[in-house]
This record gives sequence, structure tokens and C-alpha cells, in this order.
Amino acid sequence: MDTIIEILKGVHPEIDYESETGLIDKRIFDSFDVVNIVGELMDEFDVEITAEHMIPQNFNSAKAIYALIQRLEEE
Amino acid sequence: MKVNILEYLIEAATELPNKCAYFDEETSYTYSGILNEVKAIGTKLIKKLNVKCRPILIYMEKSPAVLAAFWGTVYSRNFYVPLDTNMPDMRIRLIVENLKPAAVITDMAHYDLARKFSNTVFIFEEMIETPIDEELLAKRLSTAIDTDPVYVLYTSGSTGVPKGVVVSHRSLTDYIEQFCKEVDIREDDIIANQAPFYFDASLIDIYCTLKAKGTMGIVPLEYFSIPLKLLDFLQKYGVTTVRWVPSAMKMVSTFKGFKSIRPDKLRKIIFGAESMPTKVYNYWKANYPEAVFVQIYGPTEITGVCTYHVVDKEYSDDEIIPIGKAFKNTEVFLLDEDDKLINRSEVVGEICVKGSCLALGYYNAKEKSDEVFVQNPLNPYYNEKIYRTGDLAKYNERKELVFVSRKDFQIKHMGHRIELGEIETAVMALSNMKNACCLFEPDKQKIILFYESDAYDDITIMEALKKRLQRYMLPNVLYKLDKIPLLHNGKTDRVKLKDMAGIKK
Repeated sequence: MDTIIEILKGVHPEIDYESETGLIDKRIFDSFDVVNIVGELMDEFDVEITAEHMIPQNFNSAKAIYALIQRLEEE
Repeated sequence: MKVNILEYLIEAATELPNKCAYFDEETSYTYSGILNEVKAIGTKLIKKLNVKCRPILIYMEKSPAVLAAFWGTVYSRNFYVPLDTNMPDMRIRLIVENLKPAAVITDMAHYDLARKFSNTVFIFEEMIETPIDEELLAKRLSTAIDTDPVYVLYTSGSTGVPKGVVVSHRSLTDYIEQFCKEVDIREDDIIANQAPFYFDASLIDIYCTLKAKGTMGIVPLEYFSIPLKLLDFLQKYGVTTVRWVPSAMKMVSTFKGFKSIRPDKLRKIIFGAESMPTKVYNYWKANYPEAVFVQIYGPTEITGVCTYHVVDKEYSDDEIIPIGKAFKNTEVFLLDEDDKLINRSEVVGEICVKGSCLALGYYNAKEKSDEVFVQNPLNPYYNEKIYRTGDLAKYNERKELVFVSRKDFQIKHMGHRIELGEIETAVMALSNMKNACCLFEPDKQKIILFYESDAYDDITIMEALKKRLQRYMLPNVLYKLDKIPLLHNGKTDRVKLKDMAGIKK
């Protein structure tokens, strides 16, 4: 979880990722942020995030991203 | 030879009145439909404003209707200045101060905000109800000449004040005539627009469509965060052509999007405004081996494109795709530090440009214009202006130009052109800010801000900067320092800061 928050902070340092649940819906992240974050997540966790995974529910909060990474690591 | 870009619109509306010209997910215009609104807006402006060749701000949410506002403005022989509706107030004020617009055209939703920028505000929804006065319009258009400005686009300025690039009809028609020929944009082409209209990357979408009598669809911004929706849009509308910034193309490759949907009509893929990661290009190329891929290069000051490169050979992921050779009716050359012409390959010099593509300069900023729009140092015999881009490049062994770097502190971030000085100026404008310096980390594409202040921390400084800067200019990484390291001459020690941030030289 800390690694994920570290990656997210590297794009928008001012967000409180413990509480924020609208990262995509509130357009805190734009498409370019998303690409950068996903690129770093894939490098860091050695998982493949595909177009099917790229839906707002999976990226709206640090928790949701964490859950996605865990699912992908189990696969 | 067209004198005014409206001639394309009138021609298209006469020949193909019922063809779909511009659409988004909610609305669409035929060629005759948009011309009618353009004429209504033009009539209103001529009757209400007693001015010619003056700027009119367009402050509307992105949609095909914005184009009607652009061309209605042009019909009155004034020029349009599109603004991002998400631009922070303080930055708009800087632009308005510089521009002193004759009027603002806005939509109902932005009326209250727009009133802050001018006393003369027109509401789009009301303007299009104006009864058309054909005679008045024809008379006004007959006075137009091709050196009239058509638009002003604002770009980042190193002193903190954005610069407005003034472009004439001559430059724009030259660009689209040549481009449609070179890349073969045709009547049956459907272009998916990504770039905002306040950004010159949108010129191909808007104007090549107009000239070729094709069709342009606006891709909703949020689709660029959801690759399946993006690709579904291209498939659903049978899109043949894209002119996107590489960051947008990277969206598709990062998620291996073509595994899910591979839009089958796509055949022309044009990219520019920042360097293309070759890995991203190779992913697209592997999925579209038959498509034409075109790398284009050109700052706003030379109207779209000054070099281009139809990618015609394989590139490995670690090679750089060249920016290519000079565009038609444009001369591009390299000057060394002593203003001598560079002919040999592998020698780095500044890219200089001459031709009809040259902008008229920066609006209401003569000094700044004179720094970069200068007499050709190679020609002492007659008046000949060149534009000095500040971009450094070299020739490779195939005599193609290869981009090297900037000679100043301008960066390209997510396709946007940013002066680090503009960010620093915004930071220094905060009260009790002692010192600040901005750097860019090109590999990970991050803007890094070092600051020295007792009054701000990482959270409060970001909140304050959001009121002053475009979101793509906001720093990604912050370092609050007790003291920003200085050199003996009092200037910031950027080398030390680069070390601190782990930026390779």
C-alpha cells in the first residue's frame, strides 16, 4: 500500500490518498496521470494492467488500486 | 488561392450542404448547418461592434459550436482567441490584460465568469438566433485580406505572462493546403480530434477537415482515461485519421488496447508536439502495418508544421524517430552559435524557419517578438524574417533533422509547451516565498519544484498554485528546502538541485 501511495504522490503530491475516493470521477487524475501511474505500477509490481482493467472503479482510490494489484498478483 | 479561410467553409456548404462536418457524442453540424450559425454570429458582431482586425475571446466549453463562434468572428473580419474554460482566473487576467479583447463570446454556462473579462459579452445561444444579413456579410468579407490575423493562441511565457501568437489567414491556408496534399486528407476521411482548440495541434483536425470537406469528431476528454471507450469511439464512427499527441497514443499502448478493440478503418496516424517514445510507435505500427505514420514538428509560431517525417523504416525501441525534412513551401535550417549555417551531419544548431508559415509575432509584445522573429542573419540584402525556435537539432547521416534539446528552460510535458520560468514566477508571486526553482525530469516526465518558505508546506503551496497555473503546469514532485543552493554569482545552482532530485545529466 505504501508503495502505491508513493507512486500516486509522485504525480499529485497534494492529495490525501488515505481518504480520497474520487481520483477518476472527480478528474483529479487526467488521462496522462493515469498512463504514468499505470506504467509505474506495472514496473513496480510486475503485473499486466490491460484495457479491461482500466475502469474508474479500479482507480478511484488508493485502496481500489491496491485491491486491483492484489487480484492481478494472484492471477 | 484562398484569401480567407471562410472560403473553404462556403465552398463546402455549397457543394455538400448536408454532409456531416463536425460532431461530438451529443451534437452534430452539417456544412450548411454550421455556415448558418456562422453567418448569424457574423451578422450580430458586425452590427454590434464597430471594429475590424481586433481580438474576440471565445470562452466556451469544447464542442462543435465553438467552431461556429470562431468563424462567426472571422466573418466580422476580427480574429478569435480561444481560452481554456478550466484556466485559473489569475492566468486569464494576465491574458486579458495583454489582449484587451473587443468582446467575449461565451455560452450560457460560462456567462457569469465571462463578464469578469470584458464589458461586451455575447451569449452564443442568443447570437445564433440573429437574422442573417447576407449583404452586410458579403460586403465585410470582400474587404478581407490574407495578412489579416485569423487567430491568436496563447502559449507559456518565461517571464510569467503568457504570449499570444498571432497567425494570419495566409499562414493558415498555406499550412492546410500543403498538409492535405502531403498526407492526402480526403473527403471520405473521418478525423478523431484529441487536442484542445486552444492548442495548435487541433489545426489539422479542424482545418484539413474543412478543406477536404471531410468529417471531424471530438473525442470526449474522459475517454482518454478509459482506453476501451476511446477505441470504441474510433470503431463506432469509422475513424480513418488521428493527429494525436504521443501521450494520448501511449494511453493505448500502455494498456495494450488493440488486443481488445482494433479500429479497422484507421489508416493515417499523425503525431507531434512532443517526442514520440519509439516503443509506443512500434506498438501502433505492429498493429497497423499498412497505415501511414507521420511525425510532425513545428512550434505555434510557424503555424502547425515546419518539418515532417513519413516514417519509412524500422526503428528499434532505443532509437529516436527523426523530425525529418522541411515541410512544403517552408525552409528550415540550422544556425550555430555564431549564426553560421550548419551543413555537416551530427553538428548541433538552432532550428530556424522561414516562409509564409511565420506568425505575425506575439500580440502586444513587440520586444518579445523582436527577439525571435528576426532578420535572416545570412541575408544582408533585403527584408527577410526568420523565426528562431530555440530548439536544438542536428542532421543524421540520411540528412534528416533529429531533435536534440532546448537551448533554454522550455519543456514539453504531456504534449504541452511550458516555460519553467512561468511556474517559477507563479511560485515567487506567493507571499512570503523566499526562493524557488523548477526543473524537469524528462525520463519520468515530472516537473520538480524546489522552494524556500516559512509560510507554505507541500499541501498549501499546491492549493495556491492551482489558482494561478494550468493543471498541466503543476509540479509533480516538491522539495521544501531551508535554503536553495546558489552559485557565487547569486544564481541558482541547478546542477546541485539536479543531483538532489537524481536527474541524470
